[in-house]
Amino acid sequence: MNLPLQPILASLRHHRLTTALLMLQVALTCAIVCNVAFMIVTRWGEVRIDSGIDETSLSMLESQGVKADATPWIHHAEDLTALRGIPGVTAAVAVDTLPLGGSESSTGACASSEAMEAAIKANSIDGQSACAEFATLAGSPGELAALGLKLIAGRDFLPDDYKTGDISAAIISRELAERLYPGAQALGKSLYNGSDTPVRIVGIVDTLLRPYLRDAGINQFTMLWPQLPNDNSVTYLLRSAPRDSERVLKAAVAVLNKVNPQRIIPAKRVRTYTQMRDSYFQRDTTMIGLLLASALGLFFVTALGIAGLANFWVQQRTRQIGIRRAIGATRGDILRYFQTENFLIVSGGTVLGMLLASALNLLLMTHYELPRLPLYYLPIGALILWGLGQLAVLGPALRAAAVPPVVATRSV
Amino acid sequence: MFAYYLDLALRSLRRNKVLTMLMVLALALGIGATITTLTVLKLLSGDPLPQKSTQLFYPQLDPYPKDQPFSRSGKKLPWLMSYVDAMNLLHARKAQRQAVMALSQVKVTPQAQDGKAFYADGVLTTSDFFPMFDAPFQYGAGWASADDESREQVVVIAGFLNDKLFGGANSVGRTIRIEDHDFRIIGVLRPWAPQPRFYAVHLGGRDYGKGEAVFMPLQGARADGITPNTVMSYGPEHTDMQHLETAQSIWLGLWVQLSSADEASAYKLFLANYAQQQVALGRFQLSRVAFWDLMSWLRNEQVVPDDVRLQAGLALGFLLICVVNTVGLLLAKCLRRSREIGVRRALGASRGAIFAQFMVEAGIVGVAGGMLGLGFAELGLWGIRHQPAQYASLAHLDLSMFLFTFLVALVSSLIAGLLPAWRACVVAPAPQLKAS
Repeated sequence: MNLPLQPILASLRHHRLTTALLMLQVALTCAIVCNVAFMIVTRWGEVRIDSGIDETSLSMLESQGVKADATPWIHHAEDLTALRGIPGVTAAVAVDTLPLGGSESSTGACASSEAMEAAIKANSIDGQSACAEFATLAGSPGELAALGLKLIAGRDFLPDDYKTGDISAAIISRELAERLYPGAQALGKSLYNGSDTPVRIVGIVDTLLRPYLRDAGINQFTMLWPQLPNDNSVTYLLRSAPRDSERVLKAAVAVLNKVNPQRIIPAKRVRTYTQMRDSYFQRDTTMIGLLLASALGLFFVTALGIAGLANFWVQQRTRQIGIRRAIGATRGDILRYFQTENFLIVSGGTVLGMLLASALNLLLMTHYELPRLPLYYLPIGALILWGLGQLAVLGPALRAAAVPPVVATRSV
Repeated sequence: MFAYYLDLALRSLRRNKVLTMLMVLALALGIGATITTLTVLKLLSGDPLPQKSTQLFYPQLDPYPKDQPFSRSGKKLPWLMSYVDAMNLLHARKAQRQAVMALSQVKVTPQAQDGKAFYADGVLTTSDFFPMFDAPFQYGAGWASADDESREQVVVIAGFLNDKLFGGANSVGRTIRIEDHDFRIIGVLRPWAPQPRFYAVHLGGRDYGKGEAVFMPLQGARADGITPNTVMSYGPEHTDMQHLETAQSIWLGLWVQLSSADEASAYKLFLANYAQQQVALGRFQLSRVAFWDLMSWLRNEQVVPDDVRLQAGLALGFLLICVVNTVGLLLAKCLRRSREIGVRRALGASRGAIFAQFMVEAGIVGVAGGMLGLGFAELGLWGIRHQPAQYASLAHLDLSMFLFTFLVALVSSLIAGLLPAWRACVVAPAPQLKAS
């Protein structure tokens, strides 16, 4: 039999107010959930971002020096020798910062000295096409291997490249190479950063994330350079099998305190790379949890509203259902009646909801840094709400279908 | 009459136990989420010094070159001041009280034999800091303004540091080593940590949390080579951290206390004149200034994280949907009871009486939802306290929020009840009676 649209519409018109309220609730849920889902997906993308390094094998600890020292690097080198002696440690290097490490040194450089001069004249590196602003990651010999980075072109640094002062060689990320030398081979070219000696690009790695994330387009603008960490504070990066990392870290603290008991090793800064990464994204993961909880909460409340109302209507119409059954309607007809009714209400709600979702997104865009809501979220949201509506109405509809025809003969 | 309505309402609610429970649960979830997020929002956007905030002001100057503004848009003024400007304004003594300040991570070495050195947050400031910000002393007192100039090696320490180093005993007169120099303790503060830490904004400190550990005279600390956390250069050459006093760098915040609007406008005039004077002297290229009272400054700098505002908005949206949900369910319920209403009306109940009866029913749902919501809010705040956020330990439900919960619950449920109650009271009795 065809869907009994005529009587359903008549009945909905009779319950205008209640129907409108339910539609409003569905619409609001649709609007909020679409935006919440978009925020969850956006943040999840940020949290999952690839750092390019072999994260699970790495752990680190920070040592803060005691006295102002003329040559901190000499002491770092002693520390490194001691750290390499720990069983299970396959590599130990001193670094200034790490991808997602939070603190970042950045610098600007250009593909040619003319472009650099133009940038200096304009007082800005931003507008110059052959120039870029990028993060620099300094480290001691062996950093490339310790991080587990793979070169896609060129070579690792040579022992002679490592200095405490101005350096002359660099390894850059693929995205930075493409930005500085679009369509050309970056390897072997020189970078001009305003100092007297240009920096030669000796290698290119595929992926290497910045210590502090910005926009998606420049998150990979990074350079490894062979500058030996020469500050009183230094981060020691240890490579070991993932299952050894806790033990290795404990041993490392003991070893370092033995080499020099005067130093400060903040307990919070003794951690695996995974722990550091988690703490970098801690606010985002909390927010994802909250957003997820609220979306589920909204679905729950809306399903509750749909089921509650359908329940009432079934009770209210018991007699009519009995009459319809008595004059030949099958159980399936009654079931479909309530399902269709729910489908109509939810459809009305989602149409309004899609408009509201776009409006809410525009509002959020003006107040928060949020991109535009992709349109495909709207039909997905509508589909989920349709499903939710059908699920919520199933119980009451089955109860309605179970009403025996004999009810028609009783007065309720 | 109220008791009768209450009885009727309870009977009606008991008739549909599951539905009532679900209504209460939905409302409670909405209220719990709203109260949790509002508590955090209130905490973060609160007034750090309620008794003083209207008297505290933050002046801004602009020593940056015209073609190289501090902010990209060129609209924002530099957050901080250079040493020369801060000292000029400090020594002009045009306000009731004034203090300059910078924050620094300093190494503290306990005197005890086995004591291991640790890093602590320090404030480098001038003598008016304590009286101006109402910082309360447990022992001793702050330093005099003469000590600022004489570079006295003195320090005021926070109560929690005193507990840690001296077990809470009166430590005035003892010394602690800060960055390998001996400082004599002259005062110990009671627990004091304005939230948000308005004076630390842009100085490289924490905006929330337990507060700084040591407070030192600025010039004395600088003479010992202690450097501030945040230094921004507006000149062409690289900043020499040892000679910040003469460098073209901004690194100090200046706060002034003014007790009336007249004094504030007079100070603003003085500030504008000062900037013009600097332009005339060739030190500045721009004569623009800004002058904020404390709360406007916090609002303008958007100290409250975006996420927290987003959460509050989300919770309010959730509550809205919960209220719409309750309206729908109450309405459906009330329409089903048309016959009962018809009988009551025929027996002489006025429209007002019917209206009141349904509002009482909605109110009961609201109060129950509020109580359960309070539980959810406590649970939510407990969750926040276990987050590693700066403000985590401060998230507690206070009395005003407690009362506000019930107000929100009652008002939202009464709003939810309005429509059904109105529909109920306009039911015409005759057709309802006829139908049965």
